[in-house]
Amino acid sequence: MRVALFLTCVNDTLYPDTGRAVVKLLNRLGVDVDFPMAQTCCGQAHYNTGYRHEAEPLARQFSDVFGEYDAIVTPSGSCGAMVRELYPRMGERARAEGRGDSLARTLAPVVTKTYELTEFLVDVVGVTDVGAYYPRTVTYHPTCHGLRGLGLGDRPRRLLRAVKGLELVELPGAEECCGFGGTFALKNSDVSAAMGTDKVRNAESTGADVLCAADNSCLMHIGGTMSRLKVGMRPVHIAEILASTEEEPAV
Amino acid sequence: MSGTFMGMPAFPEAAREAVDNPTLRGNLRHATHTIRAKRAKAVAEVSDWAELREAGKRIKDHTLRHLDHYLVQLEEAVTAAGGIVHWAADADEANAIVTRLVQETGESEVVKVKSMATQEIGLNEALEAAGIRAYETDLAELIVQLGKDRPSHILVPAIHRNRGEIRDIFEKEMGEWGRPAPEGLTDTPAELAEAARLHLREKFLRAKVGVSGANFMVAETGTLVVVESEGNGRMCLTLPETLISVVGIEKIVPTWRDLEVFLQTLPRSSTAERMNPYTSMWTGTTDSRAADGPRVFHLVLLDNGRTDTLADEVGRQALRCIRCSACLNVCPVYERAGGHAYGSVYPGPIGAILSPQLRGTASEIDASLPYASSLCGACYEVCPVAIDIPEVLVHLRERVVQGGPAVREGNKVVLRPAKGHAAERAAMRAARWAFSHPGALRAGQRLASRTRRAHPRHLPGPGKAWTGSRDLPPLPAEPFRDWWQRTHGGKDGVQ
Repeated sequence: MRVALFLTCVNDTLYPDTGRAVVKLLNRLGVDVDFPMAQTCCGQAHYNTGYRHEAEPLARQFSDVFGEYDAIVTPSGSCGAMVRELYPRMGERARAEGRGDSLARTLAPVVTKTYELTEFLVDVVGVTDVGAYYPRTVTYHPTCHGLRGLGLGDRPRRLLRAVKGLELVELPGAEECCGFGGTFALKNSDVSAAMGTDKVRNAESTGADVLCAADNSCLMHIGGTMSRLKVGMRPVHIAEILASTEEEPAV
Repeated sequence: MSGTFMGMPAFPEAAREAVDNPTLRGNLRHATHTIRAKRAKAVAEVSDWAELREAGKRIKDHTLRHLDHYLVQLEEAVTAAGGIVHWAADADEANAIVTRLVQETGESEVVKVKSMATQEIGLNEALEAAGIRAYETDLAELIVQLGKDRPSHILVPAIHRNRGEIRDIFEKEMGEWGRPAPEGLTDTPAELAEAARLHLREKFLRAKVGVSGANFMVAETGTLVVVESEGNGRMCLTLPETLISVVGIEKIVPTWRDLEVFLQTLPRSSTAERMNPYTSMWTGTTDSRAADGPRVFHLVLLDNGRTDTLADEVGRQALRCIRCSACLNVCPVYERAGGHAYGSVYPGPIGAILSPQLRGTASEIDASLPYASSLCGACYEVCPVAIDIPEVLVHLRERVVQGGPAVREGNKVVLRPAKGHAAERAAMRAARWAFSHPGALRAGQRLASRTRRAHPRHLPGPGKAWTGSRDLPPLPAEPFRDWWQRTHGGKDGVQ
């Protein structure tokens, strides 16, 4: 099986550790993963801000870059949901605008082959115990597009529970949005900040060392809020926890 | 819509005030979380909820698709049952019709059942201008009216008020409108309810004209349906001699059988009750000639932007709404921003997709509403008629920034992009260009990484929106793709 890592532009630029963790984790599980260098951005920020026509060439490019692979794995619930949920919708809209089936046909192959990381691990690789070691107390925030868009369900928690040394504590109000929301964080910064503060206070109340999520863009907002509020917790992507082993523990 | 909301600032500005008000935040948090949890429990009891939701969606979609047919059928049935049907294209027309109908009775006051349609058109203000006093009889609407306030929630219009505030309003204002509040009124719920009951009782017994909306209109028999919790609606629907109902044209269901679905999903989604305490149904005046009920019944069918909304393939699903408020109660943005920030009687997620369609996106507030959401999807999840609110929000964002075809006042128009998005549009285009050229993206990433020690902690200009409340993540020494190329040789070798 030819597996491609769709890292996302945010992770590529700001969170390369997450990318390295995904590669390390998948390799350890015997999955050979490729990083097609022509990948850039799925177009989510464009689409969700109202610039669907700017997102279309990015979606076509995504399809060109990843279309040949058997599976496309991404450590981002929201970018995964963009491909799976919104690419088909972009195709439908183009058709409704009288532009024919070309976009829908171009995008169709990548839609069904795209997996969020925890989905890929549980559903495709078929593991919940990935042999990880992470001696910390962790609380898990299910990010909205992973939770409600992709329906990740309890997959991330099952993976975390199987990690040696890890104590998983429940996050109060876990399913409430953290307030990131892409350009929402800038356009409605007061409301976004209020939501972020509540999320951080809830996380703090668990006494955990680490707040874990499967989406670095949400973690950038939550972590930035933690740092500003001087809350002594760290935001960590689930890939970095699952990649950590007794031989090579994550710092 | 109601003139009281016009000239509102854009949503972010209006929301700031609420975010900074700890009392309001506390009131809203307590109320929305309580009802949110209750709704979840009430819905979980129903084993076929998913099927009911799908059925509700399909019934509404079918009705909307054949609305022309069902409206005529309804008109015929209402007329046959002794009612008089009026058609109102917009708020002004509806207000003029109702004012004239009240004037023809010779009365100068009306009692009102809680109604979103009459709030939408600003009926109370229109009647007031004609010297007719409209008394709200729903407890929360009464609080809003006495407090010279605006509703901030569809179901619980005074959700932004706590008991202490309500006590103060009753004590200060009730005497101006009729029977004053009892001496030594405290803020216990029982005493507040009793004060309202006594105050309203004299209005119910005196009123000759009642004004209502309706939750549903059954086309096959011309029957109107109001569901409520307090019994004030039943009073207004049965005691007055004349009943005037103002109802949006999308409130039709074809048959009584269709009601079965909504009478299950509405109360559980709305008040988290298995069944609402009062369900009033009336069919013209035929029955009431022999028994209780109004002798004269007028139905004012209101368009006010609904036909325009129906013309939009993506946006029309908003017309499925049964006004349950589940989306408000679950919305993290509504919880922090409060209902007033939405600048409409329809706040929260449903308001954010309804107002810019019913009123258009020309005003500052309406153009900002599609952005009043983090697109978390909680609203779609709880909606009992499966309105994909995030989908419509994004669709309306597109209308705001790109313009495009729409229908306004029955005419096909091509909207121009809203003002104030030029910089954003340029940034989006630039980003698209960079993302279309991996080499350019990489050059940018490298530049950012190499200069990372020089990056300021607080950004100027639009960046302030981020760094005002959050720290920036530290930039890595190299982007992932550089590491990959170093360690894996860039298998497919772009640069």
